[in-house]
Amino acid sequence: MGEIFVLVEHRQGVLRDISCEMLWKANELCTGLSHTLTAVLLGGKDEPFVNEIAERADKVLVVEDDRLEAFNADLYKGILSSLIQEHKPFITLMPQSPWGMDLAPSLSVKTGFPLATDCVDILVEDGKPKAVRQIYNGKIFSKVALRDADCYLMTVRASAFPPDAVEGRAGEVVKLDVPADLPEPRREFVKFEDAGAGAVDITQADLLVSVGRGVGEADNIEPLKELAEKMGGLLSCSRPVVDKHWLPKYHQVGTSGKSVKPKVYLAFGISGAFQHVAGITGAGTVIAVNKDKKAPIFRVANYGIVDDMFNVVEALKEQLS
Amino acid sequence: MNIVVCVKRVPMTQEVDLEIDASGKDVKADMLAYVLNEWDNYAVEEAIQLKEKTGGTVVAVTIGSEDDEEVLRRCLAMGADKAVRVDPGDRPMDGLVKSRILAEVVKGMEYDLVLTGVQSDDVNDGMVGVLLAEQLDAPHAAVVTGIDPQDGGAGVKVELEGGMDELSRVNLPAVLSIQTGINEPRYVSIMGIRKAAKKELNVVPLADLGIDEDALTPMTTVEEYFFPPETEGAEILEGDAASVAEQILKIIKEKGVSI
Ligand SMILES: Cc1cc2nc3c(=O)[nH]c(=O)nc-3n(C[C@H](O)[C@H](O)[C@H](O)COP(=O)(O)OP(=O)(O)OC[C@H]3O[C@@H](n4cnc5c(N)ncnc54)[C@H](O)[C@@H]3O)c2cc1C
Ligand SMILES: Nc1ncnc2c1ncn2[C@@H]1O[C@H](COP(=O)(O)O)[C@@H](O)[C@H]1O
Repeated sequence: MGEIFVLVEHRQGVLRDISCEMLWKANELCTGLSHTLTAVLLGGKDEPFVNEIAERADKVLVVEDDRLEAFNADLYKGILSSLIQEHKPFITLMPQSPWGMDLAPSLSVKTGFPLATDCVDILVEDGKPKAVRQIYNGKIFSKVALRDADCYLMTVRASAFPPDAVEGRAGEVVKLDVPADLPEPRREFVKFEDAGAGAVDITQADLLVSVGRGVGEADNIEPLKELAEKMGGLLSCSRPVVDKHWLPKYHQVGTSGKSVKPKVYLAFGISGAFQHVAGITGAGTVIAVNKDKKAPIFRVANYGIVDDMFNVVEALKEQLS
Repeated sequence: MNIVVCVKRVPMTQEVDLEIDASGKDVKADMLAYVLNEWDNYAVEEAIQLKEKTGGTVVAVTIGSEDDEEVLRRCLAMGADKAVRVDPGDRPMDGLVKSRILAEVVKGMEYDLVLTGVQSDDVNDGMVGVLLAEQLDAPHAAVVTGIDPQDGGAGVKVELEGGMDELSRVNLPAVLSIQTGINEPRYVSIMGIRKAAKKELNVVPLADLGIDEDALTPMTTVEEYFFPPETEGAEILEGDAASVAEQILKIIKEKGVSI
């Protein structure tokens, strides 16, 4: 019987959602293949979420050490590659998160096993895993095969799978010793820093008027600000608007910004990249205005308007005055 | 600091109806306009700012066709000293193959830093930078939003989720993948590009790098491209702007938001 590995991600004593999402998918794969599900936890001493993981796996391999409390690619790679060599898991799932992106490619070179990144689905055909990926800003999907190997590595996109637990697993927790030959890390953790706080809190708003790169230039932000005020909502934005310094960081919605849960989210000139959309899964109703009828935002919005955003902004302002 | 920066030319896909070609494994490219990958634009700017602070040279490298030289000229106009294009011919390349080629190019240079983008806008692999680091046996950091050179190493800011940053210290030489927003990329004029035409741009045929065929075998192959599966999708509001605005306000009120 084969095995599937899930490398769980955690930070500051908290299990991250992506871990549960990977475990959900791994459970589905294991059920189809009659494989066992092994979660791998590399962390500090007595991480508080071990049970949360055990409920979702057949086995939890735990390697604990102060040096592993914060993520470190050199150390994680060292430990994981020897676990993979020993267990030969059919697939090892890792997150397509900043940490996963730092780890998975180096693990692939180190072990020689093929890697497919940023998978939104994983299929098994004729006993081989296939990755389903989104490319060209989500306008095209691709199905990708991996070179024949004993083990396959895949990273999983956030929010691609539900984080739900599945009944009936009560994994055994197995503590392993830290390998004696751990390498000297070439990168050292210093500290975390919170860059997200600011003058307004978009996470509490009932109504968000959100602007994307489609706004074109800094001067065009003003009419949207006025609209947000007229509507009694708050102004939020996508990442490029922050990157270009058109608005401060605390307005940003998405994986590297804030997750928001307004009753209504109005998206103007936002294409709908997954890193953005992952921040609005909690929104009640999404209304998107975009010139491009094929923009992926229309796949997640409840209502869509295919038009120049400024036509709609002006018309809304007129109706409100 | 001597810095190598890896860049790629990518198609612009906003407001474009992409079509899948006859092979079923690629998009029809003839109608597309191309630009320097957004993440790479920030990487080049970062390399040049570091050079302006610390001295040294910046070399821009791409693996691509003659058409892709356009992005190298842009890098030269931004302030890179030299550019290299490796011509891969028409062999299939995935992230692994590209990283092997880049590693061979970089090994022949003196470098303190190699910068890549976090990901390419078209294929979204997000892997070439870290694969390259491992081939060079160099330390690395992905999704970098700040670099602060210190003796023998560099302070590095990595962006995590939810507005959280991670500060760390990395030994040099290192490979860093650069995230958007790390700086404000400078404007490049047509004049600037013309002026930079005098700078050195070397073309290296892949064969000259002497990489064995085995190492140039992709670890992944595309089986098919397809359009996103149908979802319910948005209900499209029709009518002129005034009528659309009216409908929007009605929906907002129905959802219990008072305006
Ligand atoms: C690690 C990582 C983290 C990230 N985190 C985030 C994040 O937290 N939040 C985030 O938003 N992004 C994030 N991104 C970036 C994300 O991948 C996209 O690049 C970004 O969301 C695109 O923003 P956009 O939709 O505003 O711009 P674009 O994708 O450029 O879209 C602009 C849209 O505007 C439309 N448009 C243009 N002009 C008009 C007009 N006049 N009227 C109407 N429509 C118009 C276009 O058709 C297009 O659809 C992250 C990326 C990475 C790699
Ligand atoms: N053909 C290429 N030539 C040079 N650099 C590349 C090439 N493809 C990708 N890269 C670099 O690798 C980064 C990540 O790309 P990817 O792994 O393809 O998403 C890009 O931002 C570039 O810096």
